[in-house]
Amino acid sequence: MSNPVTIDAPEGVPFIDITREFDAPVAAVFQAHAQPDLVRQWMGPRDLAMDVKEWDFTSGGSWRYVHTAPDGEAYEFNGVFHVVRENEFAIQTFEFGGYPDVVAIESIAFEELDGGRSRVRIHSTYPTLEARDGMVASGMDQGLTQGYERLDALVA
Amino acid sequence: MVVDPLSDERLDRAFLALADPVRRRIVARLSRGPATVNELAEPFQITKQAVSKHIQVLEQAGLVTRSRDAQRRPVHLDAATLEALTAWIDRYRLIHEQSFRALDAVLASLPTSDPTTPTGDTQQDLDQQTRDVEAGP
Repeated sequence: MSNPVTIDAPEGVPFIDITREFDAPVAAVFQAHAQPDLVRQWMGPRDLAMDVKEWDFTSGGSWRYVHTAPDGEAYEFNGVFHVVRENEFAIQTFEFGGYPDVVAIESIAFEELDGGRSRVRIHSTYPTLEARDGMVASGMDQGLTQGYERLDALVA
Repeated sequence: MVVDPLSDERLDRAFLALADPVRRRIVARLSRGPATVNELAEPFQITKQAVSKHIQVLEQAGLVTRSRDAQRRPVHLDAATLEALTAWIDRYRLIHEQSFRALDAVLASLPTSDPTTPTGDTQQDLDQQTRDVEAGP
């Protein structure tokens, strides 16, 4: 009951491309990115509580949220929305508080598909390959734990 | 740190290798330390030759290595390959899959979203499994 997500981190360039389709119109997907009370319901790891401190999804607006793990560990993320065009396109900066001054630039394309469906394409550009790989590796302890649990089940 | 040290082809081989229960048990045994083919064959009701073939598959998938230790040639687990599988496939992807599935639920709850389910879900699920596991022939 779920559409596949495509994640591509090509060799040798500090990019991450993420593509996902949704069984909902582009306007609904845009709203789920624009409204903070909707954003907090879906963004980030499932078992981390999301506290949206700021979320102004307009050109020149800024955003900041804190993910808190069950053990109390908090991960802060922040950035600005460089441009936001309704139901179409946005560019934002993305900074993880654990890696200050290492800022990624993320473009999000909202695309309308036939049959009331839509597609989101995210292209993230990091300042260096190391920054990209560090981002992928950091702040994802939950996922790592779950990954190892799944591996445990696999080899049991 | 390398994000994706495994090519699609290597991922295919690793997941196919782990799709077999005997090979999973061999990997589980090797997670406790290196072992010879004879030692690995012991718990199974199959020939040593068959176990050797399973080890070859695991070796080609980069999951195990055999050292040049004279006659014994013990089999070692290549933890880096397993770690790469979990680190890249599970860790980063899991976060996004979780988020997007949660977004699906949010979208379904929105009054503006179309409540009709598009046809072809079953095929999409199959496609997704194929892509997730990368275990196609």
